[in-house]
Amino acid sequence: MEESSGSMRSSKQREEMKKVREKTARKRSKEEEEEQDQDQDQDQDQIFNFNNKPAEEEEEDEDLSDSEDSVYSGLEDSGSDSEDDEDEEEALDAAADDDEEEEKEEQAQRTEERRRKEGGVTDGKEEQKKDEYEHDSSDEEDIRNTVGNIPMEWYRDFPHIGYDLDGKKIYKPIRNKDELDDFLDKMENPDYWRTVHDKQTGSDIILSDDQVELVNRLQRGQFGDVNFNEYQPSVEFFSKDVMIHPVTNRPADKRSFIPSLIEKEKVSKLVHAIKMGWIKPRRVEDDSRGRYYDLWSTEDSSILAKHKMHLPAPKIPLPGHQESYNPPPEYLFTDEERALWEQQDPSDRKLPFVPVRFSSLRQVPAFPRFIHERFERCLDLYLCPRQRKMRVNVNPEDLIPKLPKPKDLQPFPTTQSLVYQGHSGLVRSISVSPSGQWLASGSDDGSVRFWEVRSSRCMKTVQVGGAVKSVAWNPNPSVCLLAVALDSVVLLLSPSLADRQVVSASERLLSGQDEVEPAEGAGPVTWGEAEGEELNQGIRLRIQHPKAVHQVVWHTKGDYLASVMPDHSSHLQVFIHQVSRRRSQNPFRRNKGLVQCVSFHPVRPYFFVATQRSVRIYNLVKQEMTKKLQANSKWISSMAVHPGGDHVICGSYDCRLSWFDLDLSTKPYKMLRHHKKAVRGVAYHRVYPLFASASDDGSVIICHGTVYNDLLQNPLIVPVKVLRGHVITHDLGVLDVTFHPTQPWIFSSGADATIRLFT
Amino acid sequence: MGGLQKKKFERGSATNYITRNKARKKLQLSLPDFRRLCILKGIYPHEPKHKKKVNKGSTAPRTFYLVKDIRFLLHEPIVGKFRDYKVFVRKLKKAYGKTEWSAVERLRENKPTYKLDHIIKERYPSFIDALRDIDDALCMCFLFSTFARTGKCHVQTIQLCRRLTVEWMNYVIAARALRKVFISIKGIYYQAEVMGQPITWLVPYQFSHDHPTDVDYRVMTLKISQGLFSIYKLSALSASLARVVSTAEEEEAELDQFPEDMEKMEAREKEQKQQEAQKKLFEGLKFFLNREVPRESLAFVIRCFGGEVSWDKSVCIGSTYEVTDETITHQIVDRPNIDQQYINRYYIQPQWVYDCVNAKIILPVEDYFLGVTLPPHLSPFVEEKEGDYVPPEKMKIMALQRGEKPANEEEEEGEEEEEEGEDEEEEEDDDNDDDEEDDEEEEAEEKNLKKMEEQRSQGKSLQVKVTPGKVKVENPARLEQEEKAEEKRLAIMMMKKKEKYLYDKIMFGKKRKTREANKLAAKRKAYDDAEKAKKKKARK
Repeated sequence: MEESSGSMRSSKQREEMKKVREKTARKRSKEEEEEQDQDQDQDQDQIFNFNNKPAEEEEEDEDLSDSEDSVYSGLEDSGSDSEDDEDEEEALDAAADDDEEEEKEEQAQRTEERRRKEGGVTDGKEEQKKDEYEHDSSDEEDIRNTVGNIPMEWYRDFPHIGYDLDGKKIYKPIRNKDELDDFLDKMENPDYWRTVHDKQTGSDIILSDDQVELVNRLQRGQFGDVNFNEYQPSVEFFSKDVMIHPVTNRPADKRSFIPSLIEKEKVSKLVHAIKMGWIKPRRVEDDSRGRYYDLWSTEDSSILAKHKMHLPAPKIPLPGHQESYNPPPEYLFTDEERALWEQQDPSDRKLPFVPVRFSSLRQVPAFPRFIHERFERCLDLYLCPRQRKMRVNVNPEDLIPKLPKPKDLQPFPTTQSLVYQGHSGLVRSISVSPSGQWLASGSDDGSVRFWEVRSSRCMKTVQVGGAVKSVAWNPNPSVCLLAVALDSVVLLLSPSLADRQVVSASERLLSGQDEVEPAEGAGPVTWGEAEGEELNQGIRLRIQHPKAVHQVVWHTKGDYLASVMPDHSSHLQVFIHQVSRRRSQNPFRRNKGLVQCVSFHPVRPYFFVATQRSVRIYNLVKQEMTKKLQANSKWISSMAVHPGGDHVICGSYDCRLSWFDLDLSTKPYKMLRHHKKAVRGVAYHRVYPLFASASDDGSVIICHGTVYNDLLQNPLIVPVKVLRGHVITHDLGVLDVTFHPTQPWIFSSGADATIRLFT
Repeated sequence: MGGLQKKKFERGSATNYITRNKARKKLQLSLPDFRRLCILKGIYPHEPKHKKKVNKGSTAPRTFYLVKDIRFLLHEPIVGKFRDYKVFVRKLKKAYGKTEWSAVERLRENKPTYKLDHIIKERYPSFIDALRDIDDALCMCFLFSTFARTGKCHVQTIQLCRRLTVEWMNYVIAARALRKVFISIKGIYYQAEVMGQPITWLVPYQFSHDHPTDVDYRVMTLKISQGLFSIYKLSALSASLARVVSTAEEEEAELDQFPEDMEKMEAREKEQKQQEAQKKLFEGLKFFLNREVPRESLAFVIRCFGGEVSWDKSVCIGSTYEVTDETITHQIVDRPNIDQQYINRYYIQPQWVYDCVNAKIILPVEDYFLGVTLPPHLSPFVEEKEGDYVPPEKMKIMALQRGEKPANEEEEEGEEEEEEGEDEEEEEDDDNDDDEEDDEEEEAEEKNLKKMEEQRSQGKSLQVKVTPGKVKVENPARLEQEEKAEEKRLAIMMMKKKEKYLYDKIMFGKKRKTREANKLAAKRKAYDDAEKAKKKKARK
């Protein structure tokens, strides 16, 4: 009851004090208070009286005692209680004079002193009071301001700073200090340095000397109490000596003589875990570590069979001379090689390092990529897929096929013996008379020349007025006629280079059918006779075609003549003319591709038509196609039929020569890729087993191609000679090639405007 | 039309291969463990013939293992150990987390370990097999033994490696097994012959390594595990090496008893003699190593060939005699000059020792004196075949080996050989040349003809003149050769496409080889000429 009433009282007093604070006339109020207090004192109600004003005489002594007291009791008393009081009071009279403050302090000290005294008087109460006091001190701040430990900025915009216990507003000091005030204060106030601002109450507190001293001590890390001796000798209480008195008089616990159930449970758990093998007993230190034995002392063959498929890793290639620290000078890089090495991608480099030369061993540095290389090797060992690679170990000589020697296959043309010169343009076409005495050639310069084969003399020149595409000598030996194709005309020439009989026979052939007037005069082809100058030159007939003619071919008998007009758009590509009757006909109704060249079968009534990709064979009697040969090459350029009639060779612009065996299949029996450039002309020899191909690379290749009568034996093809001589002009080499009808000679005409004879 | 439709990728090669991830899942291992297992067991990926078929139609890049191999791994007891270890780590972590130190201690004590004996026995059923594969392991050991204690790998590993390498070198010295040494820019290569197997290893120079940063830690550990593995192999091996040493003499005795052809026997005996001679190469010589030369390497090499060697006491323990010893025959020095010289010994550079070993004879010391420009150090591993470039220094050494005195003849011989190669190349061009010659003749004739024609056209009478013809001298041998060459060319034309491709490839390789050899020879010639010119200038 007393305590509570005391506290009540004190609170009451405080309230009063607050009220008083609000008033500006302080002294008066204080006096009133004092009066009140005195009244209360007089009550003698064992109630503490804080603001009781003691007698003036005792002041000094008490002051001293107070200081002693505070020193003695350490922090608790002087620090918390009296200071707090002081603080509060100081806060109260922020505006009051110093004297007053001193008075206040004195008052507080005095009250405390009194309290002490009273405490001393009543022993039993002392502890309790102290306790109560401590509680108070902890609550002290709440008594002033109940907002709690909050950032005080929250009250910045309000006139008050919080609430007291009764819920009434605590107002801020009326006048806030501005910076000027602060500065003036700093300059003028000697206690400025010991002034602390209390945010809770918004007031400034001036610290006392003791307090400053305390702060300093704490900052230095010393004890707050000056008199506390931290090094005082400790009393050895628990020593090895057995004392006669026990430390405590407590009877022994029951658990000290009864086995513990919890421990028992734990042990049983452990035992169980050991039994179950969950906890393994401590392992005996392995003795075998660091000791070695012969692993392979007993050879076990059973394991040997197990790992059959294992491929041992390839070893690192051993270093060569260039890896030496002092390599021979030829292995060092030149500047170019070094630049190249630096440019190259690391994976492309032949050497993974640059050879360097050091003059002595001590100058050799550590290899910077050593660890890298080892590491890469490790990666290779376990990451690289291993594969057994069968290295082809063949002698390259064994790969060359065994062929009969060219020597044994003679005769064939081997050397260039004659050059026929005279043309000024490239010579597109040549033809040899059936007797083998005359050679006709057609050139781009618009002339047809007749040469004597043996002397290489140009016997006759006929100007036809246009680039000659093709010339063909009539194969019938009893007539002497030459067909010439230029532009859209086919000319029939009678060069009169033979016996008179033969010449007259040919004239007869040409003029024999005059009386028989062709019925279809209005056809696409018109036959006309040459006149005037042309007649003198030997031109006899003009066969006018609707389009440009590229090739003319005679039938073996010499009466029929085929001409080719390559054109995609129409079916008028091939005409067959009969000279004796001056008749022309178009054998095909349908366009089956661009016709490149045509040929007659030497014996039977067959007709070969080569389009770009294939060769078609037509039976002229039955008027149907009998075979279609697939050349497997692009763009056939030329074609020749074997004199036996069962074999065909085709040259193509993709450098290939394909040999077809008509009895075998429609696919080429052999593909010869001898030439480096497009094949322009191919030819069979009429008597000897020879064939030749002429190409843009300027070479003529003579091959031996024996055809056996035995159907089971395939033809034997052996290249026997490469003839060179023509000069390549405008990327064109040899344009046409023909064999001599009786001798193993070959004529070739080239883009260099010459014709050459190889014998 | 009954029957189920056949499903794709359920038969054939697709069932023979398994991707890495699948294999890993099948074995229930983490990727590092899988890697470790593969390394230990020697399982490597396989490249299927048709990747798309195996990859179930996809072209994604994947690593494939053979299903058989993975099945083989399934039965490996080590896989169980790996799992145990994983569990151990987990438990340990847990105990740490709970701060149960007693549990941690208990777990630590029971840390699962495994042995690789059976795997080694399986991979290398015989000792010879193990020897064949020891190269990489040795290299790794020597590398690890040079590592500093930087925390890149366990210190124990480094120490173990060091011990093993020393043991190995001791064995090589005892068995006199060293055959070849080569100082390269990477390190020093050694080749020893153990039980007929050549074993090559590379020792880095004794410098601290700057550990590359781009080799990531995981891979480093892998590397270490690889190293560990190889080390283990070596350790198992080194024990059995003792056995080898003891039986070596017996084997030699046996050699003579083999009944063989006389020629073979002779060749063998000769080789044997040579080897014996090489083994005693430095016997009776006393070496002293200066402090600047690589002591370990030189001591190892010299002792391998029976020489005595010592060094300064302060360099390392184990020195047996001082510099002042009068019986020292060679002192190995690697500095331009030396102050105090003894008269009765040679002062030579270290290369001499290595060159002697490679040449198998004691080379003249003149080229290796102090301050002298050393002759090039050649690789003993290069065996020149016909048509290869042989440096002239090698020629000299070969001549010395044959017991000839150094002369210039050999060099010329070599050059001739090289030239022959060039001739072959030129041959093919010859025919073309001939044709051209013919052409020229013709052209000359033509010119004459033209002249004549002109003259005729001008109405002049031809000057008929008979000049005596020149007799063309024909070299029958050359003609024959040409004929043959042409025949060959024509035959080559008739080759099938496939064969021709192969033939061209082979010929290309050959040509490239000769070209390289020629290039080296040309470089050498240019260098020699430059040197000569310099010397001449210096004389003047």
